[in-house]
Amino acid sequence: MEKTNHGSAHATTAPSAQHGIAERPSAFTLSAKGEQELTDILTRYPNLQAACIPVLHLCQDEHGWVSDEVMAFVAARLALSTAHVKGVVTFYTLFNQHPVGKHQVWVCRTLSCALKGSDAVIAHCEKRLGVKVGHTTKDGKVTLRTAECLASCGTAPMMQVDKEYFENLTLPEVDTILDRLVR
Amino acid sequence: MLVRTNYLTKRYAEKDGWLLAPYERDGGYKQAKRALGMSRDDLLVQMKAANIRGRGGAGFPMGVKWGFMPWPPKPEKPHYLVINADEGEPGTFKDRTLMELNPHACIEGCIIGCFGIGAHAAYIYVRDELHLSKERLWAAIKEAKAKGYLGAKPFGIDYPVEVYVHTGAGAYICGEETSLLNSLEGKRGEPRLKPPFPAMVGAFGMPTTVNNLETIAAVPTALEMGGDAFSKLSSIHNLKDGGTRLFGVSGHVKTPGVFEAAVGLTLRELIYDLGGGIDHGELLAVIPGGSSCPLLKPDEIVNAPDEKNPLHPWHGKNALDVPMGVDTYRALGTMLGTCCAIVLSDKADPVLAFQNLMYFYRHESCGQCTPCREGSAWLNRILTRVTNGEAEMAELDRLHEIANNIMGNTICAFGEGTAMPAMGFLKKFRRELEDYVRTGGKSGTGTLAPDYFPPRLPPVGSPGLAPQGAAERAGTKRLPKPAA
Repeated sequence: MEKTNHGSAHATTAPSAQHGIAERPSAFTLSAKGEQELTDILTRYPNLQAACIPVLHLCQDEHGWVSDEVMAFVAARLALSTAHVKGVVTFYTLFNQHPVGKHQVWVCRTLSCALKGSDAVIAHCEKRLGVKVGHTTKDGKVTLRTAECLASCGTAPMMQVDKEYFENLTLPEVDTILDRLVR
Repeated sequence: MLVRTNYLTKRYAEKDGWLLAPYERDGGYKQAKRALGMSRDDLLVQMKAANIRGRGGAGFPMGVKWGFMPWPPKPEKPHYLVINADEGEPGTFKDRTLMELNPHACIEGCIIGCFGIGAHAAYIYVRDELHLSKERLWAAIKEAKAKGYLGAKPFGIDYPVEVYVHTGAGAYICGEETSLLNSLEGKRGEPRLKPPFPAMVGAFGMPTTVNNLETIAAVPTALEMGGDAFSKLSSIHNLKDGGTRLFGVSGHVKTPGVFEAAVGLTLRELIYDLGGGIDHGELLAVIPGGSSCPLLKPDEIVNAPDEKNPLHPWHGKNALDVPMGVDTYRALGTMLGTCCAIVLSDKADPVLAFQNLMYFYRHESCGQCTPCREGSAWLNRILTRVTNGEAEMAELDRLHEIANNIMGNTICAFGEGTAMPAMGFLKKFRRELEDYVRTGGKSGTGTLAPDYFPPRLPPVGSPGLAPQGAAERAGTKRLPKPAA
């Protein structure tokens, strides 16, 4: 927990105690690899707070979503109040505040993609997966969501599946992609 | 005037062209080494002469911005360079190609930038969705470090430089510089009041320069050519708008993509020469530089009888024939923005396009200022009523009133970014909107994507960055075509 942080104001041996936050057992812990990465992240910034978003990403990658326990963990490790962490989590759209499916499907709906038929892609995904936008399939495999401009306007329509971009989509290709996910 | 260049895009088509070896083969990192041996004043003179206007949208001269940093740096107040690669403006996809296909130009730019502003650390703020971009940037940093171009003694010169990649978490507003700084500090990405400007109080409360990624990537080229020579590549060099930049075109054109050309390209050349012309029908309207710029229609004529007006040389000509420059476009009543045009053909419904954009702004307003938070929601709500055929005529005037009340009443430029395109649509598509209300939503074509499914793919080997090939080269997945 006691990470060196370039002599900033937060540089004390017990950051959570400094802010008067009661030490409480948090159910969430990172894997050994995650811990290593957290250490690495902390070396990049002059204070602990700046690591908030990267560490939340790290935790979400391991846990799947940002639960209260994850927020408590991040708050304790970065000497922040849980309110601050919650404020950050609720501001950004990529932090899942509820459990989500195993795979994330984001279909871009903004103008450039809409001009190339993203509406049809979205409708097709809804039909194929049997869920509305914003929902997870019953088997918990896929969460379907729409995204605002994913910087792929020249190759519209497009969708993002987990960390991969699929561009210049046609409906048969959408089928192939979705079939792989639900298999 | 269309002059294709390839300073930034030279290795776009090359397999593994993003790695260090091809970059060095083309003379990479020589300028960074040279810059670290120059005096700061000499570097600044070159950068000011290069007339690099910020590529992120505001078009502020980069050299002047560097000059705002307090000098000399105080040891207790370390300077920071922050690179804005939070590319989220609808229609904009140029920075992503740079990060994926030419990351070393960004890193080299960062080294020169750090030296120019007296910083020892640079943060590249990349939006989280761009996983490949982050990966490539980190890989480029690693390569540069291994070669000793970054770190405690870059090129053996005692000027430590570190470059880090920081990610957001999905918020368009974080492309606004002060909001980006808040996000970098691990806070909610809400814009700050200015002043104090970032050059005084920026990242972590220290003097900071925020540059767009394409701006900083242009720096090595500008230094290599010499500021003045770089600036003169542009045909509107006399308007202090120099060099070359990336132009994007998307929507209803035959060959959408990113193209590099000298500044001074006209919109007509972008759409017809680089974009290959309109797919499906005739040109209806074009949004010149990302969705926040008011749109232009093909029948607009420039009216600038005043000789002092930067548009005067084009007086009486069609607006599409005006060179795309920061000042020329401002005088035209729109904005150059990010130089990435969205093209609408006459088979697309402009009212639906308007609603699509207003939904975007309603979704992305950070909620800090009331006029923007409530206004963007009302714009979207009324337009949804219009497209559903439920609205009354008086509501169109209300749209005007709401947009007007957002203008100038918000902390950051997002408010204007919402209101200006809204007023553009209201002014230029008033008749279509009225028809929509009168007929209960039956007057339009009812679609944004006419005959687009299955989409017709652009011809392979098109003059620009053929998007299909680009996707493959960039490592994004394309599935094999299913058998017919």
